[in-house]
Amino acid sequence: MAELPRPDGGAAAHHLGAALGQAELRPQTPIVEFRRVEKIYGEGESEVRALDGVDMRIDPGEFVSIMGSSGSGKSTAMNMIGCLDVPTSGAYLFRGVNVCNLDQDQRALLRRHFIGFVFQGFNLLARTTALENVELPLVYRRVPADERRRRALKALDLVGLSSRAGHTSAKLSGGQQQRVAIARALVTEPSLLLADEPTGNLDSARKVEIMELMVQLNREHGITVVMVTHEPDMAEYGTRTVVFRDGKIISGNR
Amino acid sequence: MLWATLIMSLREVRKNALRSFLTMLGIMIGVGAVIAMVTIGEGATQKVRSDVGALGENMLVVSPGAARRGPERTAGNPFQKDDVEAIEREVTGIKALSPTAQSSTTVVFGNQNWPTSVIGVDDGYFEVRGYKVEMGRSFSEVEAASGTPVCIIGKTVRDNLFPGTMPMGQRIRVKQVSCLIVGLLASKGQAAMGGDQDDVVLMPLRAFQRRIAGNNNISSVYLQVEEAQMTSSVQAQVEDLLRERRRIQPGAVDDFNVRNMQEIADTMSSVTASMTGLLGGIAAVSLLVGGIGIMNIMLVSVTERTREVGTRLAIGALASEVLLQFLVEAVVLALLGGILGILFGLSLSYAATQSLSLPFVISPGTVAGAFAFSAAVGVIFGYLPARKAARLNPIEALRHE
Repeated sequence: MAELPRPDGGAAAHHLGAALGQAELRPQTPIVEFRRVEKIYGEGESEVRALDGVDMRIDPGEFVSIMGSSGSGKSTAMNMIGCLDVPTSGAYLFRGVNVCNLDQDQRALLRRHFIGFVFQGFNLLARTTALENVELPLVYRRVPADERRRRALKALDLVGLSSRAGHTSAKLSGGQQQRVAIARALVTEPSLLLADEPTGNLDSARKVEIMELMVQLNREHGITVVMVTHEPDMAEYGTRTVVFRDGKIISGNR
Repeated sequence: MLWATLIMSLREVRKNALRSFLTMLGIMIGVGAVIAMVTIGEGATQKVRSDVGALGENMLVVSPGAARRGPERTAGNPFQKDDVEAIEREVTGIKALSPTAQSSTTVVFGNQNWPTSVIGVDDGYFEVRGYKVEMGRSFSEVEAASGTPVCIIGKTVRDNLFPGTMPMGQRIRVKQVSCLIVGLLASKGQAAMGGDQDDVVLMPLRAFQRRIAGNNNISSVYLQVEEAQMTSSVQAQVEDLLRERRRIQPGAVDDFNVRNMQEIADTMSSVTASMTGLLGGIAAVSLLVGGIGIMNIMLVSVTERTREVGTRLAIGALASEVLLQFLVEAVVLALLGGILGILFGLSLSYAATQSLSLPFVISPGTVAGAFAFSAAVGVIFGYLPARKAARLNPIEALRHE
């Protein structure tokens, strides 16, 4: 499903491509592996242990829901899984590559090639059409314009919005905007889809639609999904629920 | 990638059309002002050159009196016929030459009179000064030798003495002499320093000396040099020759002067050129102000679009790509402003040159320079905001409200 990184972005990408090429050789490698991951913010008195020695493993094809109250460390874990953040200590292996050893640009290339993001606030570009929003990740991958368009339309079709391709985000409902955002995350055919409270801003009918779409992507397209939510009935759509409290996993770990 | 970034930037500029336009306005006015100043200045320079050229091509004027400016200008003895003959004989590089004598006087026809310059000339004068006989004829050899009172008049004299009638064959009175009009001069228009070159009555030098002046003096000699680069050599030869003939000691001040029209043209055009540079420089300051305007708006834009930057970074944009995007946006704004400014400046200077009756000269170097300069303004003033965007932390940027 996932493609090898192309030799773009200069030497960093080249190095990364070699590293990930090796990871590709072992199909049983977990997508996400935390080894005693700690994340500490601040120093001394005001020190906060957002993650306190977390071990976690997520295999290809899983649909993991992450739950926990605010301040439990679930958002920190999410940022870490998405390679937006690095551990203070311990190791985070993404597809067998130790993310701690990568610089900012190399992590950006990992996200570009392997991870799709869906946010609570949709984060579509203002005054930009649905199609252009979906094309955006392909622009960074240097996909030629005609192929970009074709793939973006296909992704919009998958989320059932091909008829709204030319609409700007202001003309779409919340549920439609989130589906455009999902199409944007999917268009690169990522191996991991990261969803941060994807239904947080939606009414209950839309929530169900979005969750059914995510389940469909997971089952029919084999995309690994990791979703943060605070709603238990949303978490139940997943194949497994991991619960965080005070920077530790208290249930759902394997 | 650069192409896609460019498309994205143009879209961004269009999204905020009014704001983008106001941002461009600074650059537009700056570039417009520079272009207008330089274009008008170039027109003025060219006008000066062509006006001085119109006095006579490659022309030297030899006159008695030291070449000092101001009221204490010393008079020198006028030249005589043998001076002119010596110049003609001994100086090489002369194409045409004419001794002249001149008097300001009032000419009369019927009950009309008109104050003008009456100049006694040789045949060479027409060639040196570039006068052409439009109607009638030039002076015949017999007339030139015998001093017959005939004359050729310029357009201004004709218009004032003969409104609506044909002057050919009529007689005008110059001082006490009745003078037959045998030709009309083609119009030459205003000279560089305001003199009307058509306000003139020409007659054969011999006739002028005998009948008007009453002496054989020659007040100045007009020379035309064969080629422009020989002007200074001819000037030096004439000076040496006259110094010898007029017995001027080495180191003493000459009691005559040789004016080089080319030199005057060069001086005047270098004055206009430095004025152009000065005004252009002042106008360039407004470009700087325009650049600051771009920086200001780009900083606002980066803050407004923090979440967008966060999203782009999350989906895999490199910091350098975000930097490039904002930089290209600033350059697009500056360049669009520059293009509008070039059009604005050119139309402004077109209007100005038309109303000042100057030639309208587009200088491609200035236009290209203005274009390059506005791109540079975009890069310089766009860099700081772009770096600010590129250095955003994606996690914080995504949380930004």
